[in-house]
Amino acid sequence: MTGWKMLFYKEVLRFWRVAFQTVAGPVLTAMLYLLIFGHALESHVKVYDTIKYTAFLVPGLAMMSVLQNAFANSSSSLIMSKVMGNLVFLLLTPLSYMNWFVAYVGAAVVRGLVVGVGVFAVSAFFTDIYFVSPGWLLTFAVLGAALMGTLGLIAGLWADKFDQLAAFQNFVVMPMTFLSGVFYSIHSLPPFWQTVSNLNPFFYMIDGFRYGCFGVSDVSPWLSLGVVGVALAVVSTVAVTLLRTGYKLRS
Amino acid sequence: MPAISFQSVSKAYPSPRGPQGSTFLALDRVSLDVEEGEFFGLLGPNGAGKTTLISILAGLTRANSGTVTVLGHDVQQDYAQARRKLGVVPQELVFDPFFNVREALRFQSGYFGIRRNDAWIDELLESLGLSDKANANMRQLSGGMKRRVLVAQALVHKPPVIVLDEPTAGVDVELRQTLWQFISKLNKLGHTVLLTTHYLEEAEALCGRIAMLKSGRVVALDSTSALLKSGTSNLLRFKIDGELPQTLAAQARVTGRVVQFPAQDAQAIEQYLAAVREAGLTALDVEIRRADLEDVFLSVMAANGDEASSPGAVASLQAKGALAT
Repeated sequence: MTGWKMLFYKEVLRFWRVAFQTVAGPVLTAMLYLLIFGHALESHVKVYDTIKYTAFLVPGLAMMSVLQNAFANSSSSLIMSKVMGNLVFLLLTPLSYMNWFVAYVGAAVVRGLVVGVGVFAVSAFFTDIYFVSPGWLLTFAVLGAALMGTLGLIAGLWADKFDQLAAFQNFVVMPMTFLSGVFYSIHSLPPFWQTVSNLNPFFYMIDGFRYGCFGVSDVSPWLSLGVVGVALAVVSTVAVTLLRTGYKLRS
Repeated sequence: MPAISFQSVSKAYPSPRGPQGSTFLALDRVSLDVEEGEFFGLLGPNGAGKTTLISILAGLTRANSGTVTVLGHDVQQDYAQARRKLGVVPQELVFDPFFNVREALRFQSGYFGIRRNDAWIDELLESLGLSDKANANMRQLSGGMKRRVLVAQALVHKPPVIVLDEPTAGVDVELRQTLWQFISKLNKLGHTVLLTTHYLEEAEALCGRIAMLKSGRVVALDSTSALLKSGTSNLLRFKIDGELPQTLAAQARVTGRVVQFPAQDAQAIEQYLAAVREAGLTALDVEIRRADLEDVFLSVMAANGDEASSPGAVASLQAKGALAT
């Protein structure tokens, strides 16, 4: 059965056709963060003894870009198809709800990873890049992107208008990514904010990813893997249930 | 085995206005079968439930009760098989702006699990006069061209049953002719066709059998020729140079200056013309013509209650009221 592969391919082609906006744009944004924060804070912030602050910043920015773009891919594709009405072409096909799930989340993972690779590639011109444990790095990148791609799928199904989706992005996704230790180690925070960070699943995605780069992290990568795994299982169950019942798709 | 079977299908929607929990019955125990190879017409005024019925058939909407099958496959329980047998041309002019015509058709084939379908895609493009647009982006196409692509998308998996939901709404004469030639050819090759349209002359020319829906109920279901024979067979038609008296207007169909009366025989014709003369009016361009499907349609609709009292019409009036406030 090749139906889901075609949908996956179409979803990948959709963002690749506008790669300037969907890949180059996010890479440039990450670079601006790196240059400005790195320059401003290089001499003030000391995270790990042997690693420069700009080098510390790279994995956080790369993972943040992976997560935001994975979310953006599935959510914007769905909302556009809903608003334009062309989702009917999919609804008329024999594609099953699992086909939809795999294709949309798969394409979101691909976009996340492509942007992540772009961030690393461009960062290499400005600072040192570390890949101490590539297996962990890839595991967290894929799981994190899948988690956010699935969350994007849910948001895309739920939202009826672009502004609802923008609200989800601005009031949920952005704060949680920024407050997850992208720019700092949570050990530098006061105890209260450390506790808050520990409740944020995004923190574990970024911390685990950073472990893949440096071999050092705020918490054990196994703990991060557990948290990310459970979170992925929960949102996947929700997304698959929504697709199976035809939530906002089939009245 | 019928190509399409609706058995006692009902569908209620939440009422757009009115008390909480109240519903609007879009379909009320609709039962009808379309046999394999038929060219079947589904007619009815706006809000009669035609699109709801087709949406249920296509799996876009779920019925509250009743069963719907496509060549024996239940559209809910056995949806994958049912959808493989069905090609639906949606009423709305929708498209994916990211891709060109050929890509859109390849994707649609792929969703049905069909790879390397270019020979059939080329044939579709050729038959629908789209060959020179194959590599054009969907955004660049005119409305009529987009409509052709919709037809091609519906046929890309060679479905034995084809559903066209008002495919000629707002399209030019040339496309209509291309489209009907092509669909008629497919019908002759054995494809079953279900058509909804507001152009009754199209339905009369193309459809072997016709169902008329009103307020979610089937109010007529027969062969086109039997429907044409039913009711009035002749009409007296003339233009008038003034206002028709109320008593006469009630029996006539008035379109601007053109007046039509049902007239079975010469005596009825004489009576109508005499009444016009007595009212001090002159009848011009007098002709007697055979009743067409539009006349049958109007008499069936009139026989089944006043238009404005139907739930669909009430809903649409309420919607207009909502816009005005």
